Amino acid sequence: MGKTFTEKVLGRKAGKAVVPGEIIEIKPDVAMSHDNTAAISKTFYQIGVNRLFDPDMHVVILDHCTPAANEKFAQNHKDIREFVQKQGIRNFYDIEVGICHQVMPEKGHVWPGAVIVGSDSHTTSYGAFGAFATGIGRSEMAAIMAMGKIWLRVPETIRVTVDGVFPAGITSKDLMLKIAGDIGADGALYKAIEFTGPAIDRMTVASRFVFANMSAEIGAKNAYMIPNAETQAFLEKRVKTTYEVVASDPDAEIEAEYAYDVSTLEPMIACPHTVDNVCPVTKVRGTRVNQIFFGSCTNARVEDFQVVAAVLKGRKISPDVRMIIFPASQEVFLEVLKRGWITTLAAAGCVIMNPGCGPCMGNHEGVPANGEVVLATSNRNFKGRLGNKEAQVYLVSPLTAAVSALTGRIEDFRDMQLNL
Amino acid sequence: MIIKGRVWKYGDDINTDVIFPGKYTYTVTDSKEMARVAMEDLDARFAKEVQKGDIIVGGKNFGCGSSREQAASCLLYAGVGAIVAKSFSRIYFRNCINFGLPALTSALAVDALQDGETAEIDTAKGEIHCSAGIFQFPPLPNEVVGIFDAGGLIPYVQKKLGL
Repeated sequence: MGKTFTEKVLGRKAGKAVVPGEIIEIKPDVAMSHDNTAAISKTFYQIGVNRLFDPDMHVVILDHCTPAANEKFAQNHKDIREFVQKQGIRNFYDIEVGICHQVMPEKGHVWPGAVIVGSDSHTTSYGAFGAFATGIGRSEMAAIMAMGKIWLRVPETIRVTVDGVFPAGITSKDLMLKIAGDIGADGALYKAIEFTGPAIDRMTVASRFVFANMSAEIGAKNAYMIPNAETQAFLEKRVKTTYEVVASDPDAEIEAEYAYDVSTLEPMIACPHTVDNVCPVTKVRGTRVNQIFFGSCTNARVEDFQVVAAVLKGRKISPDVRMIIFPASQEVFLEVLKRGWITTLAAAGCVIMNPGCGPCMGNHEGVPANGEVVLATSNRNFKGRLGNKEAQVYLVSPLTAAVSALTGRIEDFRDMQLNL
Repeated sequence: MIIKGRVWKYGDDINTDVIFPGKYTYTVTDSKEMARVAMEDLDARFAKEVQKGDIIVGGKNFGCGSSREQAASCLLYAGVGAIVAKSFSRIYFRNCINFGLPALTSALAVDALQDGETAEIDTAKGEIHCSAGIFQFPPLPNEVVGIFDAGGLIPYVQKKLGL
C-alpha cells in the first residue's frame, strides 16, 4: 500500500512510517503568527522560557488590524515589534506588507513538502503550493516558541478531482462554494483534502489558492495540490530552501473521492450565515446590496483585480452601494497600480484601502450597519463576522461582486451585456 | 472528575464568531470580560445565567471557523464544565484540550440531552448521566491525556521543560 502526500511529509518529520490516526510530535519547518503574536508572546513568557527555541522558524506578519484602529490595537502592534526585536525574529513584516497568507508564499516562506503551522485557521492555504500546512491555537504557538515542537494527528485523506473547462467568467471561487455546499461545513473534518485533475492543473496560482484557502471552511486539517508549472515558476523566484515535490502514491489509501466537471458550472453564492448555505447566484438575483467587500486572503490578487477593473472600466458603481477594496498585499497593490486598475476602480466610485484583512473579522475598515447586506469576496459569512450580527453577508467571486456593484443588487453576470 | 450542571443545548456548526466575536479578539482580553461576551451573537441569555459546572451541548462540527482560542477559554472563564458534541472542529478541539476544558464526543448523548435539564459527567468512567439515561463517551487518545491531566498545554510544557 502506498502513502499519501500527508503521510509521507509527516512521516519524514517523525522519522518513521506513519499511518492515519497516529499522533506524532514534530518540529515544523515554519511557524506563522500575525497580530495574535502579542498574546502568544505573553503566554510564551508565562511558560518561564526567555529565548525562542529557534527564532528562524518563526514568521510574524501584521495584517489583522492594520493600521491600528485604536489604542488597544496600537499597543498590540507595539508589543509585537518589541518582541520580534528582542527575540531576533528576522522574518517580520510590518503593517505595509499585506495579508499573512499572501505574504507567506510571496516572501518565500512556503515550499513544496514543507511542514508549516500557523495560528490562523486559513493556514491551509499553503497546500496550494504543495506544502503541508495547518492551523493551530495561540497557546500551541507559544509552546512551539518554547519547545520547537507540536503534536499532530496524521489525518486520513479525501480527494476532489476536477475535470472539464470552466465556462467564461466562472472561477475557482464558484467551484469551491459549490463543493462547500455539497459536502458541508464538516465535509472534510480532520481530513487532508487533495485537489487534483486536469482543470486544477491548468489553473493559475491565484485560482488554485482559493481551494486550499477555503478548505478550512469545510473542516479540513490541510489541503494539497501538486504544484503545476506556473506554481513552480512562482516559487523558483522566491524560495531559498532546496525542496522536492512530494505527491501521493497512486495506490495510497483515499478515504472518499468526489468528482466534478466544471463545464456546466454556474456562478455560485454562499448565503447568510454559513459557508455551506450555497445556491446558484440566479436564485438570489435582485437582492439589494449595501456594501461590497472586495478583499481578503481568498480573492484579492492581481487576476481578481483584472476582472473587477474590466467590469468597472468607464462605468460608475450604483449610488446605492459602497465598494471597498483591499489588495491582498503590497506586491499585488504595486502591480495593479502599475496596470492602471486602481485609477479605474477609484474613478468608478470605489474606496481604495490598504493591503490587509480589512473588515474580514469585524475589527475595522468597513463594519456594516444593522440590517445591511454585504457581498464579500472573502471566505467566511458567519453571523457577526464583519463586526455586526445584524448584517447579512453573502460570499461570491470577484466577477459577481463587480457586476453587482453596477446595480446595487446581486446580479448574474451572464444576464448583463458587458462586452468584457 | 465529576461535572454537574445545567445543559445549554445548541445546534450544528456552532462557529467561533458566535461564541467569541472576532471584533473582540484584540480588545477583550480580561477573563471576566471574556466570560461576559461569551456566546454573545448566539444566545444573549447565556452569559447572564451560566453557572459553574454548566454543560454546553452542540451538534456536529462544534467550534468551526477561526483558530481563536478565546472561543474555548471564554466558556471556561464563564464556568462551563464540559462541552458535549456530535463532533468538534479540529482546532477548536485542540484549544479545549490545551485549556483543560473537557470536549466530549457522543452523538447519542447529544440527541438525548434536553436544554435546561441538569446532567452529570464522570470523566473517569467516561459517562454522561441525564434524564434519558447513561451515555458513554470515548476516552482521549493517550498522547493527549498527558496535556489534559497536567491542566492544559502550558503547565504540560512547563513540566516537560522542568520549569
